[in-house]
Amino acid sequence: MSEPEKDHGGEGDPNRRDFIYIAAGAAAVGAVGAVVVPLVAQMNPAADTLAMASTEFDLSKVSEGMQVVIKWRGKPLFIRYRTPKEIAAAQEVKLSDLKDPQADSDRVTAGKEQYLILVGSCTHLGCVPTFGEGQFGGWFCPCHGSHYDTSGRIRVGPAPTNLEVPTYEYLTDTRVKIG
Amino acid sequence: MSEHPSTYDPKTGVEKWLDKRLPIVRLAYDSFVDYPTPRNLNYWWTFGGILSVCLVIQIVTGIILAMHYVPHIDHAFASVERIMRDVNYGWLIRYVHANGASMFFFAVFIHMFRGLYYGSYKAPREVLWILGCIIFFLMIATAFMGYVLPWGQMSFHGAVVITNLIGSIPVIGGPILTWLQGGFAVDQPTLNRFFSLHYLLPFVIAGVVILHIWALHVTGQNNPAGVEIKSKEDTVPFTPYATVKDGLGIIIFLFLFAIFVFFLPNSLGHADNYIPANPLVTPAHIVPEWYLLPFYAILRAVPDKFLGVVAMFAAIAVLFILPWLDTSKVKSMRYRPVMRWFFVIFVVVCLALGWCGAQLPDTPVIPGLPSFNLIDGAFNSYLWLTRFLTLYYFAFFLVIMPWIGLKEEPLPVPASISEAILAEHAKKKG
Repeated sequence: MSEPEKDHGGEGDPNRRDFIYIAAGAAAVGAVGAVVVPLVAQMNPAADTLAMASTEFDLSKVSEGMQVVIKWRGKPLFIRYRTPKEIAAAQEVKLSDLKDPQADSDRVTAGKEQYLILVGSCTHLGCVPTFGEGQFGGWFCPCHGSHYDTSGRIRVGPAPTNLEVPTYEYLTDTRVKIG
Repeated sequence: MSEHPSTYDPKTGVEKWLDKRLPIVRLAYDSFVDYPTPRNLNYWWTFGGILSVCLVIQIVTGIILAMHYVPHIDHAFASVERIMRDVNYGWLIRYVHANGASMFFFAVFIHMFRGLYYGSYKAPREVLWILGCIIFFLMIATAFMGYVLPWGQMSFHGAVVITNLIGSIPVIGGPILTWLQGGFAVDQPTLNRFFSLHYLLPFVIAGVVILHIWALHVTGQNNPAGVEIKSKEDTVPFTPYATVKDGLGIIIFLFLFAIFVFFLPNSLGHADNYIPANPLVTPAHIVPEWYLLPFYAILRAVPDKFLGVVAMFAAIAVLFILPWLDTSKVKSMRYRPVMRWFFVIFVVVCLALGWCGAQLPDTPVIPGLPSFNLIDGAFNSYLWLTRFLTLYYFAFFLVIMPWIGLKEEPLPVPASISEAILAEHAKKKG
């Protein structure tokens, strides 16, 4: 990197010059990084967007065999009151028959098996599956033909995983807090 | 041709004064008046000029629409309807802008097929071709984001499906998706940034167009004979020859444009986009705009979600390396008796892919014909037709082009452009 000393009339120490090059280069890289971070990070969810991340719901609003759709984090949330027949159908399925194996008991709260809470966004490309349709009586996604069962598990179609179960907790016997 | 000497002769004192300080008139004169163009250019070469007009129309109408449009999820749809009903001539400006996007893509597809047929991507025009591919990619991004802005059902759910494609990238896909959407779903932040970028990108396109024209003027234009300019007999000045020819092409193109704007303004759109966006209900059949259907078909042809996305992007990426995939020494397919038939099939395949992209994958191609199941779908379905067409699309670039270039016996290529013209004249007379 350093040039022969005689070109500069014997002045200067090549090591010092190298140090200045490297220090200047490092400072430039650091400066670019410091500029890029805020410019990129501003596109991530803002504080108020994150603040809307949880919601509460009164389960007594859903009647048996029906589903209520509410909006949560900009996406639909399915809250389904399953009939005993639907619960039995979900529990009888062998795990080996599933594309994304998960027991029905892992997708609901013990003792509250009738209430199934799911993010209503197809795991393929995010369309909203329609209630009670498809080969398994759960949901059917009209966009690319994914069939979900009464536990919201993918059975047939291009979706790679089961409908997502959001994190939620029971505040009272009939009140849940989602997110 | 960079070696083309400037013939600009400033006459008045003002011109001489300016020429010494900023030779901008000289640049324009040398580029668009006295610029030597091959004398055998046909009407397929008028689409460059037509595309420039398209870009100007989109920018002018777009800036006007931005004066009346509100990029907010609660007001976007209503503001577009207000433009249609209440803003003076708003209906006209929006229909020109919306149909203008379709016209732009129609012209760019012809422009690209022309380049493909006449070998305009080959040395020394590789950079010119790649710049064109960049413009095409930017056009797709711009058109997609523009389609989201009216915030109708197709806008919204199209944005959901397309942004979710990015989410399919292993490991980093999820965080990138959230970053892109600015939240946990397509919502206000997404609409707002799409509006910002939709306003920005046309000017980026205009910048790359300038580079595209610069590269064109360094290498000189290709021509139907595919032989380079050798002498002054091979060329005519840009003005009046190319100016008038481009002018006629543009006028005829504007006829077509006007037919759509005034008589069929919604024929290329989807009726569902006149329903305000509802995140809780997805339309029964999601389709992109017609010009993206071939790529959408390729996406759906692959059973794996992530690999489908890879295939869709690869369909565009393969164009960038096209100059190095073609092994033939002959540029124009006029003199390539075998390759031209593969080219014709390629055009048909692209159109067929577009057709397939608009169909539901499970629908039988020939109704009533008995079918059997092949791996994961009925053989007589658009799913399998799309797969065969996708296979040809990639094979055309990756197998046929390198292989035929080596095997094919080309027809005799004329020594020069003027010789090619004289031979054509002799054939017509004799």
